Amino acid sequence: MHELILYIQSYLDSDKTPGGAGNIFWVTVYILLVFGGLSVAVIAMNWLERKILAHMQVRLGPMRVGPHGLLQPIADAIKLLLKEDIIPAEADKIVFWIAPFIVVLAAFTVFVVVPFGPTHAITDMNIGILFMLGVSSLSVLGIVTAGWASNSHYPLIGALRSSAQMVSYEVAMGLAVVSVIMMTSLESGTGTLSMIGIVQSQLAQQQWFIFKFFPLGLIGFGIFAIAMVAETNRAPFDLPEAESELTAGFHTEYSGFRWSLFFLAEYSAMIAVSSIAVTLWLGGWLRPFPNWGGSTWDSIFSFFPGVTFLLFAAMCFYNTARMPKHPLFKIQTMGLAGFGAVLGLIGLVLFVPAVRDRVGDIFWFAAKVAGFMYLYIWYRGTFPRYRFDQLMKVGWKILLPMGLALLILTAVVGMRADLWAQLRGAGHP
Amino acid sequence: MNPTITNPPVATPFFFYLLAATMVIGGILVVTRKNAIHSAMALITTLLAQAGLYLMLYAPFVAGVQIILYAGGIMVLFLFVIMLINLERNMKEPQFNKQWLVGIVAATALGGLFIAVYTSASKGKALFPEGRMTYGESQNTQAIAGLLFDRSTGQYMFAFEIASLLLLVAIIGAVVMAKKRI
Repeated sequence: MHELILYIQSYLDSDKTPGGAGNIFWVTVYILLVFGGLSVAVIAMNWLERKILAHMQVRLGPMRVGPHGLLQPIADAIKLLLKEDIIPAEADKIVFWIAPFIVVLAAFTVFVVVPFGPTHAITDMNIGILFMLGVSSLSVLGIVTAGWASNSHYPLIGALRSSAQMVSYEVAMGLAVVSVIMMTSLESGTGTLSMIGIVQSQLAQQQWFIFKFFPLGLIGFGIFAIAMVAETNRAPFDLPEAESELTAGFHTEYSGFRWSLFFLAEYSAMIAVSSIAVTLWLGGWLRPFPNWGGSTWDSIFSFFPGVTFLLFAAMCFYNTARMPKHPLFKIQTMGLAGFGAVLGLIGLVLFVPAVRDRVGDIFWFAAKVAGFMYLYIWYRGTFPRYRFDQLMKVGWKILLPMGLALLILTAVVGMRADLWAQLRGAGHP
Repeated sequence: MNPTITNPPVATPFFFYLLAATMVIGGILVVTRKNAIHSAMALITTLLAQAGLYLMLYAPFVAGVQIILYAGGIMVLFLFVIMLINLERNMKEPQFNKQWLVGIVAATALGGLFIAVYTSASKGKALFPEGRMTYGESQNTQAIAGLLFDRSTGQYMFAFEIASLLLLVAIIGAVVMAKKRI
């Protein structure tokens, strides 16, 4: 027993990830934390997407279950789990059964290397970014097999579209990623594929890679930002599940629990690709303006997590005051006030210096990813869907040549970084 | 503070036999399944287990490329093509060509070769170099880059470029064959 406690404590002194330290206990804890947090994030995303889309379309969105529909995702989850699980008579049973699990496995496994902080990752791999791209590309296998196994026309067309789309956009995505990997080798001499290493090289160069070699980093980020929306089959590239043409695309024949697995996988894949974008271009866990050194700025930025939660709490209390005064709404009002109190308490705990220093990196990473999640909803609310030939044209005729040009330009500029600095210096005296 | 519980290494015989068994079973399924989609899925399992074997050889970069290219890229194209062909007709056609005699001779020869290699290696006169890779896990990617591009150690650059040129020719050839008018 004593040995076990020592074993558990021994990790706390090391400055490695649990996987790097090889501590099985903390690896398990981190896996549970990450996957639990991911599930909560997907549930929150479900509510936020319906709410934000509704507000963009001047509607209220879910309002009935809980105050402002806050309990709607839970009601949805219960509904999905209780629904009858239908397998079509002519379907290929085994493949139909396996397909959702392939998608979920691929979407969840990538989070093994996502760096929430210098030590806050399940493990750090030497091939981190390759692992993320590779494993997330496996999810298309699940989509394709799901569409085929349903033995129905709409799912098959959806699956064919999905595979064509994901294979095409993977190329542009990879080219954009390679340009960043070249940037990591700039000052240290050796580049890295490790997710933590990429952020650390941004720290060493005192610059987010989106601003590196302006505008080259920005173009790479743009290519990735477009390709990642196509890669996750979201609007405006949601042709595999275009409901006006294909009913629901590849998951038309799925219902209940299996359908909810596809839903879970779609949203966790969105979070995963956003994490890649944040890690590669937006400095991962680094706070904004990493070049403003000094303990003053550090301590100012370390107050942000607490302030954010206090703002959420204030929003809750404001809406508590605006709740209808009818006796029927009494429980809902109390619930909302309680939720606000919990958020406020979390905010206050985040001001404690010991906590503040440890969660700052997780907060910044999560905040950046949340920004991307908002963008996803925003795209869905504003852009009309592409036609399939337009989609292919964007992928192969615009993004791919741009990616190749970017790759060559980054290599040339990276080799002659001194000349580039002179040019920039001459431009801005 | 010393952790008294030490972690076993990952590259143990257990994992090797697990991955090898997965590969062999997957390979057998690829041949014996009548449905082409099932065969393709068995092939994906085999390729993923192979990536695991590369990891055990301390070659993470090769493992990652294996997953991206074979499991993620090529197999998706396989499935894509299989979906477009008529599977019902394939189901009725004979799957094996009944050339048992030739098959048994070839299998015996190959099996005999494997056994010969295995026994001679265990007797001390190794066919393959014994021992660990010279590169640690953390430098695998850099080591490959060095073998390809470094001025002093890069000896495979030419072969690499020739191979990529060959692939380019194949791509152009495929497009020319598929499209009547370009």
